[in-house]
Amino acid sequence: MTAASPTRTTDAKAAHDARWRRVMDCVALKQPDRMPVAMLATFWLAKYGDISHRQLMYDYDKTAEIATRAILEFQPDIYSPPIQGVTSGRVLEAAEFKQLQWPGHGVGDHQPFQYLDREYMMADEYDEFLFDPTGFYLQKYLPRVAGAFEGIQDMPVLPGLYYFRLLGGLRGFAKPGVRQAFEKIFKAAEEAETMAAHHLALTAKLADLGFPTAYLSTGVSPYDYIADYFRGARGMMTDLYRNKDKLLQLLDKSRIFLTRAIITTAKATGNPIVFIPIHWAPDAFMSDKQFREFWWPPFRQMLLDLIDADLIPMPLWEADCTKRLEIIKDVPPGKCIYWFERTDMVKAFEVLGDVVALRGNLSPSMMTTGTPADVDAAVRHLVDNVFNKGGRLILDCAFGIPDETPVENVRAMFDAARKYGG
Amino acid sequence: MNELSDLEKQLVDWLADMNEDEALALAKRMLFDDKADPLRVLELCRLAMDIVGKRFEEGDYFLPELVLAGEMLETIGGLAKPLILSRPGEAPRKLGKVLVGTVHGDLHDIGKNIVCFMLDINGFEVKDIGIDVPVQKFIDEITAFKPDVVGLSGFLTLAFDSMKETIMAIEEAGLRDKLKIMIGGGQIDETVRSYTGADAFGTTAVDAVALSKSWIGAAA
Repeated sequence: MTAASPTRTTDAKAAHDARWRRVMDCVALKQPDRMPVAMLATFWLAKYGDISHRQLMYDYDKTAEIATRAILEFQPDIYSPPIQGVTSGRVLEAAEFKQLQWPGHGVGDHQPFQYLDREYMMADEYDEFLFDPTGFYLQKYLPRVAGAFEGIQDMPVLPGLYYFRLLGGLRGFAKPGVRQAFEKIFKAAEEAETMAAHHLALTAKLADLGFPTAYLSTGVSPYDYIADYFRGARGMMTDLYRNKDKLLQLLDKSRIFLTRAIITTAKATGNPIVFIPIHWAPDAFMSDKQFREFWWPPFRQMLLDLIDADLIPMPLWEADCTKRLEIIKDVPPGKCIYWFERTDMVKAFEVLGDVVALRGNLSPSMMTTGTPADVDAAVRHLVDNVFNKGGRLILDCAFGIPDETPVENVRAMFDAARKYGG
Repeated sequence: MNELSDLEKQLVDWLADMNEDEALALAKRMLFDDKADPLRVLELCRLAMDIVGKRFEEGDYFLPELVLAGEMLETIGGLAKPLILSRPGEAPRKLGKVLVGTVHGDLHDIGKNIVCFMLDINGFEVKDIGIDVPVQKFIDEITAFKPDVVGLSGFLTLAFDSMKETIMAIEEAGLRDKLKIMIGGGQIDETVRSYTGADAFGTTAVDAVALSKSWIGAAA
């Protein structure tokens, strides 16, 4: 959803509003006029536009042109913002970002970026993070994850400054390392501003053409935040035993600042949907008891707080979360979109159909290696067994259009959605 | 292994029950104070890992327990191995050889590492050749190691083509008939198995063990 601009024609506005209403009807568990179809195209845009992944990551204008062409061809009801992670090459470079490898920086020109799972916070640093999250960011975390911040740890410790000591403490900002860090941060910030300007210009243009964006803000579950971006997979899994109490404290504390950040950002965009990719919930990753103790309580509270703030959380439950369905059902009805990757959608509908709208989930293997007839049959299966039985389904691929998907299979997906879904 | 003393049984239980602090303290006491045979202590670890593996297969344990068990084993192994007197001994009998790697273009290794650990504690000789493995490296490693089973790992959808290329190259090198190929990863299913030409696919480390056992002839 993007606010109307003076250049939007009446027809385009009507089309925009009809598409958005279709999705909002699903969220409210009402029958939409037809099944909405969503589009998340990341590196697939490189295939569609016949350019390299590297070019996609560095050329905002080209990516915007390709994304516009794709959206005009497929006419999705909602689309994920195309100027985002996949166009972040220049910002990544300016920030000297260390947590990703991307084309030209560790992977080839025709490969997607990939995250480096590492311990970015050590096991013995919980107390430091818990005592002063901001201080931990400045002194430890930021220089570890982005080279542009190296040197910033020499800044004076801010809560130690007061009265004349504040004036004397200013000297710390004159240190060469701190100056250099700020110079690099300013440059990276300017690049981030440039990317954001392209992003907003594209979403405004697409809105004027009648296409609402699905969301303009994202979030993360407290558990995934700590597991993915601080402790790493091994560290987090052993912390369930070795640092249980501190982990529980940090889950609770990070939930508060993460929720505040999401609400501030989402409110500023004017779009209520918050996209929350979920990594560590799958059935195979932890026991039911661990899920109920560590993963779900802080995330559920986050969902409730977002709902209280009139936002619409849209978690994408990656991998197979079938065993979690009865647990994650415990949210107020008509307030969320649950997007499933490998969880059987029919089963999800049976358990959650009267609680949340559903999104997904054409399989990546079928989309990439199957035929248009296979795609047609898979869409029909979801329409017959979910949408036509009262499921508020927003059709999509399992986790966006896989990078290698033949264009004819994407056409088949959208054609079949219109053919069978009204 | 002959009958366990109460202390030995205690070590096995603490390891299997994830009581890390108690287990490590006891292992140190046995090795350094009681001068227990380090090979015997390692054998107790193996017994504990059998229990951990079984609980994982039965759905009582999940990834956190496998990772913690692996780290406890590594710690005790590090303490025990320097104490082992060099003596002629028979190498432990292995069920068979499994070569595992993440295919080219893909840098993910969490799932692969878990698979290697589970195969190892189930008695296979495992060679892990890393991530982003070029096709030629698979061919060279297979030629040198002569595995019974090759496991191709991949998390991204780009791995479908990398797996297909790798399997085709194994075939072209004349190595395909001598081994079985299993594929695994977050997006892998029967459609991908058929596309790549692998013999089987799995989505968990338990699948990898069961497939390897079934091919190598041990009871799965």
